[in-house]
Amino acid sequence: MSKVVAELKYSAEHEWVAADGSGPVGIGISAVAADALGDIVYVDLPEVGSAVTAGETCGEVESTKSVSDLYAPVTGEVVEINDDVVSDPALINSDPYGAGWLFKVAVTEEGPLMSAEEYASKNGGEL
Amino acid sequence: MTENYTALYEEHKKAGASFTDFGGWQMPLKYSSELAEHHAVRNAAGLFDLSHMGEVWVTGPDAAAFLDYALAGKLSAVAVGKAKYSLICQEDGGIIDDLISYRRGEEKYLVVPNAGNAVVVAAALAERAAGFDVKVEDVSAETSLIAVQGPNAESILLALVPGEQHPFVTELKYYAAVEVEINGQELLLARTGYTGEDGFEIYIPNEDAAGLWEALLEIGAGHGLIPAGLACRDSLRLEAGMPLYGNELSREGNPYAAGLGPVVSLAKESDFIGKAALSELKAAGTGSTTGRKLVGLKGLGRRAGRGHYPVLKEGNVIGEVTSGQPSPTLGYPVAMAYVDVEHAAPGTALDIDLRGKAEPFEVVALPFYKREK
Repeated sequence: MSKVVAELKYSAEHEWVAADGSGPVGIGISAVAADALGDIVYVDLPEVGSAVTAGETCGEVESTKSVSDLYAPVTGEVVEINDDVVSDPALINSDPYGAGWLFKVAVTEEGPLMSAEEYASKNGGEL
Repeated sequence: MTENYTALYEEHKKAGASFTDFGGWQMPLKYSSELAEHHAVRNAAGLFDLSHMGEVWVTGPDAAAFLDYALAGKLSAVAVGKAKYSLICQEDGGIIDDLISYRRGEEKYLVVPNAGNAVVVAAALAERAAGFDVKVEDVSAETSLIAVQGPNAESILLALVPGEQHPFVTELKYYAAVEVEINGQELLLARTGYTGEDGFEIYIPNEDAAGLWEALLEIGAGHGLIPAGLACRDSLRLEAGMPLYGNELSREGNPYAAGLGPVVSLAKESDFIGKAALSELKAAGTGSTTGRKLVGLKGLGRRAGRGHYPVLKEGNVIGEVTSGQPSPTLGYPVAMAYVDVEHAAPGTALDIDLRGKAEPFEVVALPFYKREK
């Protein structure tokens, strides 16, 4: 079963948010989503400096089998993107909560987010 | 949609497969990574469960004459032991299915339709059999089909065949079949596939399928064999330029637009269902001077086209993608698409509308990938 990390919060669209209450938050997609997508071969991220809005699309993730929209789980300004994952999107499959992080946002407002327990029970993940 | 399960369903669960519905069947999509499975088939070997495919026996004194009438190809010209790729068409030339027929005797053929069409094809054959001295028997429900595909397929299979029968396997030609003892059981073995690699397909009664599946996995492990799901089957057949019913082929399409003109035998003496309409389509230049034609598209960027995406020439829609994805073997996006014949020549620069963004592609000859002999 796909792993769900207890310390993170999750959106209904399968993005995780690393919110420790200080500074920009890291955002990625959950192992549940990465496993469902299959081998990821392309990722389109928002640009640094752009504004993202919680619940709205901000990029795309493409696997060998399909294309999925990336939804912003928070509202704010993108302050950093992971260049490594753009050149090697397979990092999202191999390490979705680590080296496969996508971008960081200076948050003005959080979207609706779930706890790891809630997300795991809804989506069949393993804590 | 009816949920059907193959006799190997428990084997797939044991191997950690994720499943998908395909033609009403719960089939393994992938076991680990579809890319790893794809590369295993190209470089070593993959094991596929194809038990969702149909199997229909056609037997009797009129078997050959009947198939000449029911299908678009000339099945009477197939030698015993050989197989032929053919089409079953409607009166208007639309394609009901593409299928492989194995001639197993003077009066005996095994017809293999696609999973989603098996019931329809069996019914169409039974209906078309009126007036012919033949028996049409659908054995799909009790027959499993296991494929071993890849450059190591032959050595894996030989490990399960007694030494004195090895020549049956090593001398078996592409698109031919033979009865051979595999894992202690006499079975029908065909040298056919849907991957662009050398490989075999084995027909086996449901109750024996799991035993053979396990034996092949065990023997094959030392030859790089891994179980392979439908995800990589799709990427493998796309690279090999092989059409998929429902994507490239349909009742609304026709063989000439699909590049399958040579499969239609207008020259055979006897009449066949669809002949009049197909003769007209050919005379009109369908797929060559008029209408749309199936072509290969090679991506110049990194983004892949997907089924139903529009194909553009200078901003105007001139076609539609039928299948597309990044090619794991070639490293660039590939697609098949129907495009207006005037834009179908290899080398033509076209765009695929990727959700509002035009991405450059180039028309190339099919297949995208051909193995070295």
